[in-house]
Amino acid sequence: MDIRSEILNDKGINPMKSNNPTQVKVEINRQRINRRVLINEILKKVFFASTLFALAVLSVLLYRIIAQSIGWLDWHFLTSKLSIFPEKAGIYGVIIGSVGLMVVVIPVTLILGVSTAIYLEEYASKSRFQNLIKVNISNLASVPSVIFGLLGLALFGRFLNLGSSILAGGLTLSLLVLPIVVVSSQEALKAVPNFLREASYAMGAGKWTTIRKVVLPVAIPGILTGAILSISRAIGETAPLVVLGIPALLLKVPTSLMDDFTALPIQIYYWTLDTVLTPEYANLAAATIVVLLITLFLMNSIAIVIRNKTQKTY
Amino acid sequence: MDNQITPQNQIRNQIRNHIGRKKNNSDRLMPRFFLIMASVSIITTVGIVLTLITDAFHFFKEVSIFEFFSTKLAPLGANPSFGILPLINGTVLSSLIAMMVAIPIGLTSAMYLSEFSSPKTRSFIKPILEVLAGIPTIVYGFFAYSFVTPILMKLIPTLEAKNVLSPGIVMGIMIIPMVASLSEDAMKSVPNALREGAYGLGSTKLEVTTKVVLPAAMSGIMSSFVLAISRAIGETMIVAIASGSSKNFTFDITHSMQTMTGYIVEFTSGDAGSGTTGYYSLYAVGLMLFIFTFIMNLIAQYISKRFREEY
Amino acid sequence: MNQYESKIVYDVKGLNLWYGNDQALKDINIQINKNEVTAIIGPSGCGKSTFIKTLNRMIENVPNVRTSGEILYHGLNIFDKTMRVEELRTRVGMVFQKPNPFPKSIYENVLYGPKIHGVKDKQMLEEILETSLKSAALWDEVKDRLHDNAYGLSGGQQQRLCIARALAVQPDVILMDEPTSALDPIATAKIEELIDSLKADYSISIVTHSMQQAGRISDKTAFFLMGELVEFGNTEMIFSNPRDKRTEDYITGRFG
Repeated sequence: MDIRSEILNDKGINPMKSNNPTQVKVEINRQRINRRVLINEILKKVFFASTLFALAVLSVLLYRIIAQSIGWLDWHFLTSKLSIFPEKAGIYGVIIGSVGLMVVVIPVTLILGVSTAIYLEEYASKSRFQNLIKVNISNLASVPSVIFGLLGLALFGRFLNLGSSILAGGLTLSLLVLPIVVVSSQEALKAVPNFLREASYAMGAGKWTTIRKVVLPVAIPGILTGAILSISRAIGETAPLVVLGIPALLLKVPTSLMDDFTALPIQIYYWTLDTVLTPEYANLAAATIVVLLITLFLMNSIAIVIRNKTQKTY
Repeated sequence: MDNQITPQNQIRNQIRNHIGRKKNNSDRLMPRFFLIMASVSIITTVGIVLTLITDAFHFFKEVSIFEFFSTKLAPLGANPSFGILPLINGTVLSSLIAMMVAIPIGLTSAMYLSEFSSPKTRSFIKPILEVLAGIPTIVYGFFAYSFVTPILMKLIPTLEAKNVLSPGIVMGIMIIPMVASLSEDAMKSVPNALREGAYGLGSTKLEVTTKVVLPAAMSGIMSSFVLAISRAIGETMIVAIASGSSKNFTFDITHSMQTMTGYIVEFTSGDAGSGTTGYYSLYAVGLMLFIFTFIMNLIAQYISKRFREEY
Repeated sequence: MNQYESKIVYDVKGLNLWYGNDQALKDINIQINKNEVTAIIGPSGCGKSTFIKTLNRMIENVPNVRTSGEILYHGLNIFDKTMRVEELRTRVGMVFQKPNPFPKSIYENVLYGPKIHGVKDKQMLEEILETSLKSAALWDEVKDRLHDNAYGLSGGQQQRLCIARALAVQPDVILMDEPTSALDPIATAKIEELIDSLKADYSISIVTHSMQQAGRISDKTAFFLMGELVEFGNTEMIFSNPRDKRTEDYITGRFG
């Protein structure tokens, strides 16, 4: 039988190579190929469905939360103080608390994170110390956030006697997101092409001058993008603050960094815990979640805009 | 000639003086400044380990190691008892449930995104996964408690309002983006030449994916699983909200159970007076948690180093 | 006996191919015969690789590729809807520019094809393994370490392993896309020897950047230039007495 009629024949059994007796025959079975192609098609759809699962969850989650917040998220809610009565409660003090945290987190992480990245990328030789820092940062990134809470409680809360103030919370969160800022700043510094540094050195500029005048200006958009992402992580972080001992109901609005405070995720947590007794707290929690998500969404959009605007080609 | 004052000489001298001054200041001081800043990350690690160990040490002065590895946990009772096994049990069970959700869905999503999807679909799905990954865990906790649990209660009538099943599932959903993106990275780094070789032998896309790409990317995929487990073990808010604070030692996932993280959060937000055994128990549990996740990370690093494929 | 049982394996009729808006192949007409080695030569970017990848439709893995015209494989149009690309590629083996064994054992590499075709019988698999490795002149070198990872082999051995892998499903044609470009001269000589011995059982199409190689191993030679098939004929004729001025310029080294 020739190959043509064999292919045309749907059974497609192939007694190939009759002229070469040394070869073992592999049958090309048409039905088997059809089955393999069919399985391929079916599983492709299964995989696609599985990928869409994420989209489905995201939509349900957003829908549920927005639906629960409707009627509760209004100007009054944003501008009033906390109250045990759901109708009166507002998150003005909570927002102030979150803003206060950022006042601490932003400068501390930027200075620590960017300096560490500059040291690792620009100064450190391939020494054991540099390697130690690198390994350490990658391990630090995977330490559960609740453990940072324990550190903050012992170090800032009790040892430095900062209690559960904004400063203690902010410093704890800064240490938590430090690895993220370091890694993203390192990426940004790595992306600066070496010929720019060489050009600066060739004109007799020193190392720090080169970093300050040549490397950093090029790397800053990348550093900012990473910093914004890590700060948005800090805004949503709950566990370390709960461990620090943030009060469940704080009627006073904080006025200084040394004041006790509460923040958006903390308030969501306490309201959610109390929904059994006061069902309306679920609506308050949902409304606070919407505020939190909108904040995160805005921050991420800014990061994306910066990233897209400054994509350079060398 | 040298002491003639020409404009060129003036500029040259100015530059020389300038260089001399600079050497004395910034180029000597800045590296030190950066080094000190870089040490903060190491100090943080040392600080974590030191606080955990010293306070856990206080704990073990009062509680024997046998009591610690027992199943009776009643920290606030008249006759307090500090067995950690109920907490480990809760942690392991909730993480197992999470993995049963995250691994199949995460891996199949990675396979779809890396091998099957068109660039257009991919550029649509990837940002969604990033959004999911960026949602704070407290939001997932709220979602588990106020949405997933009520649904599950309709399906399983015996389910308690606080249980391990619902936060386990939601934790799995939270981890899907992590498994998907790390596994996808591993699969994408498999060179195209291998795929071509398999296509050239008449493989379907599925066969190329499962028989060539997956095995070649196995080390990266496995380490993504281990990192995901580590993430689940350390996850706090979802379980703190939705799985309650029952300290019974049970394997029934429809019941409330406490995880190690849940214990830490519950106990500190109560009144854990400094210096009490209860306060120190936080650090003993924290130390266990730290060891658990640290071992997982070591395993993940070992897998990706040891079994790294060289193409 | 019908006309297709004749010597023609591939009959390409008026083949055009575009990458997006760029035409990479222009009206190609060529026939590839049984038990012959057909060399495809031409300067880089002339479409020779594109052409050979079209013969088993591998080119379709590149986004935005369009074709027109016909490629008849034993009289059947390979672009026809009823033609399963999986079956075509089983009947038409391919060897690539760089050796690309799978990161598995030698054993698993050779038997990958038979296994996806459902061969389960252990004895049969062993037989296929041995005959394929022998046909690829690799058996003696690896018979004691069949379960070692293929990446432990030298480049030349890896390429012969890839040939063995292609032979294991007993194709009818073997397409080779510059199979020796990544190899040293000794390994190249071995592959060329192998190609010569495989000719008895297979039709071979080989893309090569080396005119010397084309001259040494092929029966027919096709010269491609800027997506066009400039000249096609017996290798001896092409190299000794080219009809086209451009062919002459190329083989005498005036460009390319």
